[in-house]
Amino acid sequence: MSSSAEVKFKPEEIARIDYSPPSEHWTDPQIDFEAKRGNWCYSGVHKSLKYLDLPVPKTKFAPNDQDWGLPENWKEIILEGLRKRLDRFRSLKVFMDICVRCGACADKCHFFIGSGDPKNMPVMRAELLRSIYRKEYTTAGKIMGKMVGARDLTIDVLKEWYYYFYQCTECRRCSVFCPYGIDTAEITMLVRELLAEVGMSIDWIVTPVANSFRTGNHLGIQPHGVKDSLEFAADDFEEITGIKIDVPINKKGAEVLFIAPSADYFAEPHYYTLLGYFALFHEIGLDYTWSTYASEGGNFGLFHSHDMIKRLNAKTYAEAKRLGVKWILGGECGHMWRVYHQYMSTMQDEPSFLEVPKSPITGTVFDHARATKMVHLAEFTADLIRHGKIKLDPSRNDHWTPTYHDSCNPARAMGLLEEPRYILQNVCNNFVEMPENTIRENTFCCGSGAGLGTDENMEMRLRGGMPRGSAVRYVQENNDANILLCMCAIDKATLPALCDFWAPGVEVGGVHEMVGNALIMTGEPERKTDLRGQPLKGKEEVENE
Amino acid sequence: MSLWFSIFLLIVLIAIPLIGASIPGFPLLLGVIIPYAAIAIFLVGFVMRIIGWAKSPVPFRIPTTSGQEKSLDWIKYAKYDNPHTFWGVVVRMALEIFFFRSLFRNTKAELRGQKIVYGSNKYLWAAGLAFHYSFLVIFIRHFKYFVEPIPGFVSLIQFFDGFFQVGLPILYLTDALIVAALGFLLLRRLLDSRLRHLSHAADWFPLLLILGIASTGILMRYFIKIDVVSAKELGTGLLSFSPVVPIGVNPLFYIHLFLVCTLIAMFPFSKLMHLGGIFLSPTRNLANNNRAVRHVNPWNYDVKVHTYEEYEDEFRDVMKAADMPLDKE
Repeated sequence: MSSSAEVKFKPEEIARIDYSPPSEHWTDPQIDFEAKRGNWCYSGVHKSLKYLDLPVPKTKFAPNDQDWGLPENWKEIILEGLRKRLDRFRSLKVFMDICVRCGACADKCHFFIGSGDPKNMPVMRAELLRSIYRKEYTTAGKIMGKMVGARDLTIDVLKEWYYYFYQCTECRRCSVFCPYGIDTAEITMLVRELLAEVGMSIDWIVTPVANSFRTGNHLGIQPHGVKDSLEFAADDFEEITGIKIDVPINKKGAEVLFIAPSADYFAEPHYYTLLGYFALFHEIGLDYTWSTYASEGGNFGLFHSHDMIKRLNAKTYAEAKRLGVKWILGGECGHMWRVYHQYMSTMQDEPSFLEVPKSPITGTVFDHARATKMVHLAEFTADLIRHGKIKLDPSRNDHWTPTYHDSCNPARAMGLLEEPRYILQNVCNNFVEMPENTIRENTFCCGSGAGLGTDENMEMRLRGGMPRGSAVRYVQENNDANILLCMCAIDKATLPALCDFWAPGVEVGGVHEMVGNALIMTGEPERKTDLRGQPLKGKEEVENE
Repeated sequence: MSLWFSIFLLIVLIAIPLIGASIPGFPLLLGVIIPYAAIAIFLVGFVMRIIGWAKSPVPFRIPTTSGQEKSLDWIKYAKYDNPHTFWGVVVRMALEIFFFRSLFRNTKAELRGQKIVYGSNKYLWAAGLAFHYSFLVIFIRHFKYFVEPIPGFVSLIQFFDGFFQVGLPILYLTDALIVAALGFLLLRRLLDSRLRHLSHAADWFPLLLILGIASTGILMRYFIKIDVVSAKELGTGLLSFSPVVPIGVNPLFYIHLFLVCTLIAMFPFSKLMHLGGIFLSPTRNLANNNRAVRHVNPWNYDVKVHTYEEYEDEFRDVMKAADMPLDKE
């Protein structure tokens, strides 16, 4: 993935960006999909759409085809869908009406910064929908049209929506800076819902959703595959650390259900974070279980529709109830936590069968999670460290100079900022921060979130990832940073390509990978390598012997 | 083009009272009927807009968190940028409304070679704040044209506004500020190619209109004196619902009044409704306590889910072969 990107693009070419808008009026939609290859994603395959009972286009199409197989009454469907959503979402209604187009959001979007395309300014992205809203719902729009930014709904407008609303990663950075809190993520989510109603969706969303629906995880791995993978990792773990561990799967009566993004046990560098989880849970003797039915923390439904969020999210409580656990612990993932934090308790019935989460090790009651009964692993681990319940040797991470990438959703839809930093300060000696405009609530997206982490849109991913890449490069040059840590499975999947491109030499890892490296385990033989099998600092000769 | 259209519209709006003021019957229209109509449109329109927004529920609690969440006791959380309680939200909203908190964060991203650098950029915030507060002070100062005796706080504000005692009549600070701020906002929209690209009549026209109102007001106060007593008679008459149509007031006054009426009447149907909308913005007016307090969605409906039973039915054989626990053998 990363190598093909290098061949095709060069940083100096991508970074040659023209920020001056074209002279044509923006209301005329003109997307030349053929010329814009590398900037859009393939449409959803019919098999996945059908499996999910979603509207299927009349023909199979790629976005660069003329005919997108829309239903005859596509216009009705879209306008009716819009009306329905205006009645259901105050956010949408207010956001349609109150933007003053002050432009404060413009250069806050990673896609605008990296592409210079004026329709990637959050204000313009929203105008793509507002223009239709005005024409349909405002008198001024009906009479004055283009003069007040109103236009007719045409198939070209739909295609333009497809292009630009799949160039938004729902990161909410613009919303932090907007004086009225207008949230483009909300608008993008709702436009994607509208598009899906006429069969327009992208495959890197609907296929993972279909897989998650069927098998519990987005890669479509069946239960025995999940088991194999976890057990293989446990063997690997024993080889590296010399400690034999148990991996409880679908275990009824465990105290805690642990849910992580499935990439943690199927992909690199996520895998090392998994080994970190293993180390921690074993050392503290946590009575927990994995689930194969709810084997995906990452909810790809978030990128599709509110209905789909709920359809996938339902598994979490259902499985907690079936297994009879007391509370739920969630691993390192970004958008997974937007769902668990902002949507789950509203979408699902009250989980009266669960208890308010209480750390069995420290006795801390996680009162802030008393309704959902679900705690983030970083909160759990920070509490352990604070109470001195685990022994750590941060020098085992001395070969790393880590920096930390706040993932969009934990940062701007939750506020999980200090916990990971507290952990890192305790497990590493060389932690450095990227510039302040690029971290915490100001963090920049990896450029590949919200379902855009696929290959065919690599150019736009590299462009959108440029602000993050630039910040990584900064700490690489100034502080010798050599690993970018994050707590998001999409980050871990897509940042390696981004780093190879914008800051070659910087690796990508997880916070609990560092915890696993530093954690001194009872009865362990001398640790010579980290969880990646790389020699620890000062132990390199041993490796060579 | 939308700029030219807005300028043209403003000229028309100025021409109507300019020509009309000398036509018999027109002063009644301009001084009484139109102001009442404008206020009626404003009140009904404003209330309807708010009701229209409020009728749509807030299905999900989606605050944009701009600081540390409340989690563990020993971690200091951002009480106002990421409020956990009702009062935290009140402060967050107050900071937004009175100090434009979010706009204060504004930065400027610039590309240098392959690097992006960020600078502080508070001009928009400063101009926005200067404009809104000047407008408010001027609005309050105008109470003196509607009530007799003049309330104490109006005199007080007027006193401070003219504190520097420059010129005669004394220059009001806010008169200078509002023109400067509006000028900045207009020039910014005009000179920044991105903003020019995305602006349409609904952006240009209110700016020009308010600039027109401010300019005619300033002209009347400092340069072309009008019959203030008659003007005030009209104001107090309007407010007490016993309007008197003044005779022989300078047309400039009618232009000022007509532009104000235009602003009032268009307010509920324009982007100026951000005044009301900001209070209803779900990313700002909700506490980030989702995991602690359940938020209820009034239209929450059931969706098709994939149950564990269906899952086990499909995968029972492979699960059994892999020696995994089953609910049904």
